Amino acid sequence: MIQASGLRKVYGNTVALDGVSLHVREGEIYGVLGQSGAGKSTLLRCVNLLERPTAGTVTVAGQDLTALRSGELNRARQRIGMIHQHFALLSSRTVAGNVAFPLEVMGVPKAERERRVAELLDLVGLGGRGGDRPNQLSGGQKQRVGIARALAGNPSVLLSDEATSALDPATTQSILALLKRLNTELGLTILLITHEMNVVKSVCDSVAIMADGRVEESGTIADLIRTPGSRLTREIFPLPEPAPAGSVTLTFTGDPRQAVVSEVVRKFDVDVNILGGSIEDLAGGAVGRLRVSLSGGEEAGALAFLRSRGVLVS
Amino acid sequence: MTWDEMGPLLWEAAGQTAQMVGWSTLFTVLFGLPLGVALVVFDRGGLRPAPALKSVLGVVVNVGRSLPFIVLMIAIIPFTRLVVGTTIGTAAVVVPLTVGAVPFFARLVETALREVGADVVQAAQAMGAGRTTIVRKVLLPEALPGLVAAVTVTVVALIGYSAMAGTIGGGGLGDLAVRYGYQRFETLLMIVTVVLLVVLVQLIQSLGDLVARRLSHR
Repeated sequence: MIQASGLRKVYGNTVALDGVSLHVREGEIYGVLGQSGAGKSTLLRCVNLLERPTAGTVTVAGQDLTALRSGELNRARQRIGMIHQHFALLSSRTVAGNVAFPLEVMGVPKAERERRVAELLDLVGLGGRGGDRPNQLSGGQKQRVGIARALAGNPSVLLSDEATSALDPATTQSILALLKRLNTELGLTILLITHEMNVVKSVCDSVAIMADGRVEESGTIADLIRTPGSRLTREIFPLPEPAPAGSVTLTFTGDPRQAVVSEVVRKFDVDVNILGGSIEDLAGGAVGRLRVSLSGGEEAGALAFLRSRGVLVS
Repeated sequence: MTWDEMGPLLWEAAGQTAQMVGWSTLFTVLFGLPLGVALVVFDRGGLRPAPALKSVLGVVVNVGRSLPFIVLMIAIIPFTRLVVGTTIGTAAVVVPLTVGAVPFFARLVETALREVGADVVQAAQAMGAGRTTIVRKVLLPEALPGLVAAVTVTVVALIGYSAMAGTIGGGGLGDLAVRYGYQRFETLLMIVTVVLLVVLVQLIQSLGDLVARRLSHR
């Protein structure tokens, strides 16, 4: 759905993006994770060409945006929703007026606009608040208005620029739940950037980790979790590094609550000493990671058994 | 001079001031608003960056602002004659008043428009809005409280400028104060005129503040 290839963005002497490629599949939630200054904001703004990349191409829904002239680009942008960290609502307009703005830009007739605005406000849980002013709303409600506005043009893609970074944890979760629901119900493809691992854990199907203008690793979360030594795994499941000699790290995907460890103890007569670990609920299902040391029995057999049960041993 | 004698004089002068300030405000907004918008739109990082054009406009505005009004008024007499066909009287004052106030107002407009958050403008760009739409539906409405404040300040400044209009026969309250109050030692008339001007400015400023506050939803 979104294909970015070889994106470079240079400001004077600063290289903000240094050859970034990204592939977001239709219907997924793709997170770009990184510290501030990693280039993720520039990347997002290159996707709808708010920033024109110095080199590289961006294709959204099969259309090469970098090849479009400004009028065509504006029409293409109407099919790409965007939400912002500080909401970027018009203080001069009511809630309904804000949601109507993109419809006005598209030249939708007034009656049709009003119908659509009511529908959108219901969708984000703000039905009946159309007459309010943005400054009468809480942060979470403002972001809901931002989301309704972004969806006005029936976009196939939603870009989220740190949309929850200005919100408290509970509100963050409610906004993420809304995004997840829109993703499921409308089949909306979402590309979000964030510096919060929590956001990636809660809603993302795929992730790219960025640092210094480059993508360090990317892929589906499920794949990255199964990749030994991936940064994602280390950051989601911090275990003391370096691993003590003789210890192994077990990564449980699928159903981490099956009792494989006690099964190993019974079958292979080993002592299992748990050094650390945790279980996290990720968008693709629960994943557990455990560091253990085995001793006193058929250790090799035990490890082989664990592997045969789909546990990643490293 | 008795109150009965002062009454008609004051009434006539107030009417002339109102006319001069009213018309020149109208024309100042008419010319100054687009100029202020241009200063923002053509700026580096603006909606349609044209730094060379912006520099030229900036210089023109600065020249306009650096001329003392009384000098400007006399300097542009040929232009005034060209526009209104006469160089004396109330109508003839509207021309220099407008020319003097346009650069001033344009700078105030520029400042008000810059107050509009860059994120709001970018959000509109991300929605596919063109430049004209952004100016009409984002910049101007969002800056409206600031623009009202700019008009208020400009009206007050124009009242001040218009006091010099007596020099070219424009009349008005300032002229009355000079001719009767100062030159004929009519101290009472002088005081009444000054009080009137103070009250007028206060009223306009309060009204402007009230409107700006009502329009602001930040």
